[in-house]
Amino acid sequence: MENTVLRIESFSAYFGDNKILKEINLTITKNIVTAIMGPSGCGKTTLIRCVNRMHELIPGTKVSGEMFLGSHNIYSMEPILLRRMVGMVFQKPNPFPTMSIYNNVIAGYKLNGIRRPRDEFDNIVEQSLKKAALWNEVKDSLHRKGTFLSGGQQQRLCIARALAMNPEILLLDEPTSALDPKSTAQIEELFVELKQNVTMLLVTHNIAQAARVSDFTAFLYLGELVEFGPTEKMFTVPKDKRTEEYLTGKFG
Amino acid sequence: MEKQINIRLFKDTLFKGLVCLFAFASALPLFLILYYITKNGIAVINWDFLFNLPRPIGESGGGIGSAIVGTIMLIILSGVISIPFGIATGIYLSEQKKGKLSSIVRLCVIVLQGTPSIVIGIIAYIWVVLPLKTFSAMSGGIALSIMMLPVIIKTTEETLKLIPYHLKEASLALGVPYYKTMLKVILPAGLSGIVTGILLSIARITGETAPLLFTAFGNQFMNLNILKPIDSLPYRIFYYAMSPYPEWHTFAWGASFILVVFTLVFNLIARGISAKWKTQF
Repeated sequence: MENTVLRIESFSAYFGDNKILKEINLTITKNIVTAIMGPSGCGKTTLIRCVNRMHELIPGTKVSGEMFLGSHNIYSMEPILLRRMVGMVFQKPNPFPTMSIYNNVIAGYKLNGIRRPRDEFDNIVEQSLKKAALWNEVKDSLHRKGTFLSGGQQQRLCIARALAMNPEILLLDEPTSALDPKSTAQIEELFVELKQNVTMLLVTHNIAQAARVSDFTAFLYLGELVEFGPTEKMFTVPKDKRTEEYLTGKFG
Repeated sequence: MEKQINIRLFKDTLFKGLVCLFAFASALPLFLILYYITKNGIAVINWDFLFNLPRPIGESGGGIGSAIVGTIMLIILSGVISIPFGIATGIYLSEQKKGKLSSIVRLCVIVLQGTPSIVIGIIAYIWVVLPLKTFSAMSGGIALSIMMLPVIIKTTEETLKLIPYHLKEASLALGVPYYKTMLKVILPAGLSGIVTGILLSIARITGETAPLLFTAFGNQFMNLNILKPIDSLPYRIFYYAMSPYPEWHTFAWGASFILVVFTLVFNLIARGISAKWKTQF
């Protein structure tokens, strides 16, 4: 399928002898939001971190199975090159404290030593901040430090930083869990707008957020992919009993 | 009831009073030292004293010009040697929290910090002075750099440990290689702490005399060659103070005053930097 951005094939992950992910099969289509939900410790974050191989920072992890990003085999390419194609937004907003807002947005270029003419950078900064719905708030203070912004603004700055690299897919690791309800609502709105051009994989433990934002939902439980399908369908007529129990709050 | 509370309040007051008294008692000698040094030293300070070379015995006048230049040279030399080693070791220790090598290195740093400075002087003598067959500024710089190392390593390690892990993740997730992440994201975020550590270590070695006795040795003349013996403030103070001439004794006070000012300035700059450059996360 040419619309497939990410293909995960019988993928398992281990921390030492613990099997965290069990034979996951998942296909992510272009320009939609796929939510991964599940109770704490079910492997959501591990799964998303395996996509850009950030799990390798922790010693003692190993994986089996395969993942493909477009035509690239994720586990046979350089992590550095892979991570330039995959954007990631973390739980806690993490703008670079020593850099201005402007430099934060183009940090992916600057830190990697990718040179562009000044006006092209100006353009990238403006476009990325507009996409992240932050431009109007910061356009007059682009050269101030990013850490002066509020938490929600910082998180949108991090989204802009990821978008500036034109990623094939944007990984969102519980991006609103450290934010207040108003900032959360703003960011959820942003995701709905963004999905016209960007493929997103959203990890959330907030069922309501998955329902509001996503087109497809995957339900992970104890490292197993229990159910995967269109969000609407899963939330109204879940196929698996465990999904139903989770959605109705019997565990989680 | 009333009485009990009054007893407790009295104990409170007594405790506070004692704490204040001891604090004052321990600060008093420091103030007295500063007072004596300033009182005896400030009278001899003038341009001639600061820029002239020491004069031969029997001739009046002279100054500490060569000693000031020598001390500055020694600071630069030891900084050039110890800063790269210290920062690199600090990075290693902050990154490698467990592991055999890092625990050995950590132990060595502690031992090094407690090593008497005269022992470090002898080591530099054996390593550098004997093979080169001459006392030299370089050997002094090496001895002092060994004294600076533990301070720089410790402050770098502690500073970098305080930098949130998610900053490193942010950089790595953008596809930035590890070395650039460390050099361009993590080190700049910890710059104020690291620079403070360097300045404090300089303040520490500026007054060191013992390691210089067998290494930089002292020199009556102005010398800018790092392979020749060089004068330094602490050595000059020692030399002047040991002499039988009253005029030279006042010179020792004057040189001490300059040395105290040096140390004070480095400490003040360090404080300023750690307050002003502090990175907010």
